[in-house]
Amino acid sequence: MENALEILSYSPPGWGGALLRGLMSTLQIAFGAYLLGLCIGLFGAFGKIYGGPVLRWSLEIYTTLIRAVPELVLILLLYYAGSDLLNFILESFGFERIDINPLVAGIYVIGFVQGAYTTEVFRGAFHAVPTGQIEAAKAIGMSSWKRHTRVVIPAMLPFALPGLANLWLIATKETALLAVVGFSELALVTKQATGSTKAYLTLYLAAAALYLSVTLVSNVIFGFIERHYRRGQPEQA
Amino acid sequence: MEWYWVPEYFPRFVEGTWLTIQLLVISIIIGMSLAIPIGLVQVTGPRPLAWLAKGFCTVVRGTPLLIQLWLIYYGVGSLFPSIPGIRESFLWPYLRDAFPYAILAFSISVAGYEGEIMRGAFRGVPKGELEAARAIGMSPFQILRRVWLPRALQNVFPTLTGEFILTLKATPLAATITIYEAFGVSSIVRQETYRIYEPLLFVAFIYLVLAAVLIMIFKYFENKIPKRAS
Repeated sequence: MENALEILSYSPPGWGGALLRGLMSTLQIAFGAYLLGLCIGLFGAFGKIYGGPVLRWSLEIYTTLIRAVPELVLILLLYYAGSDLLNFILESFGFERIDINPLVAGIYVIGFVQGAYTTEVFRGAFHAVPTGQIEAAKAIGMSSWKRHTRVVIPAMLPFALPGLANLWLIATKETALLAVVGFSELALVTKQATGSTKAYLTLYLAAAALYLSVTLVSNVIFGFIERHYRRGQPEQA
Repeated sequence: MEWYWVPEYFPRFVEGTWLTIQLLVISIIIGMSLAIPIGLVQVTGPRPLAWLAKGFCTVVRGTPLLIQLWLIYYGVGSLFPSIPGIRESFLWPYLRDAFPYAILAFSISVAGYEGEIMRGAFRGVPKGELEAARAIGMSPFQILRRVWLPRALQNVFPTLTGEFILTLKATPLAATITIYEAFGVSSIVRQETYRIYEPLLFVAFIYLVLAAVLIMIFKYFENKIPKRAS
């Protein structure tokens, strides 16, 4: 037990500080990726609803493929494809090749995957908005932009929130997969720590506890947000 | 795109895919047989058991599967060699192999996620049906076997299909603990041929096919569920 405390102490030789820094970068990626996913999702959902056949079909292929292929495979594919594509563009404009900042790469990879799921969540939520409300907004002469920012999106949110909360939890857990491409977030830091201390059980339990606390805190926060956006709506059974 | 390596590695991909299927099917079977009691005690069980089941689901769903896998393989696995005499026992060959650890980790994960779904499923069965079963004199176990469980499973069948596909998509994680299933084989190809995209695209295609087959199998069973004509 004393040994465990020594390994987990904040300052070196303990690994506690390193684990917490790993947790911070995990949260950074998860947050960035989640925001990117929300942007892609909002665009994707309205693209699927209002877009022409070409846009609709390409979005359909995007969401289907992303949701059918294992995340680990996708992360590797997107990671290599993204950096190759960026360097190809840079070189064709006569710039030097660059190494992508791992934080940006992680956010882009996870965000791109999240976007597919978020698209489906928003699309489902849009269809749950009663048509009468949208027609009423039209009838009093709101422009299309106003109708969406004032009526459709606020009315969508309560339906989308449970799905979005779930996606946030998935995002935090999915960042662990970035350990495979060598990004030093919590999972990889833990693995490195076990490599040097051999205290496998202690360190993995500590990492699991950190992830679990993120989940539990997020659940509380999303509970508040959901209650806020559900105000004025009938209680659900 | 160069695909010259496909014939050379094809047998290994077949082996790897077979390993993926084994991982998937065994963990679903073990996981579901745990998930049913976990769901059930949360609905009817005594308080402490219900709390225990609830806590189990929360912990499993709140931590990444990769960490669970490493915790079980490296963490729990590191305890065994210190037990005296275990190296000579008949268990040792199994304890040294990574496969049982992967099965354990995936089964626990399936039990956690599906336990939560089965809780909702058991709760969703109309009370009247259970009362009717009791009224015609079925024992509690008979009610469970003939009415409660079949009705609960029917209601969540489509959800379970989606969940099992998520499990399929989680199996590549086993490659990180030295199990060369389909994704692991593609990593070998990447290391030996220095091709990046082709092996990944190839293995992505394998998973697409597996997912499609899985969906078809479950559709077949779903169609067998009697529906009330409306």
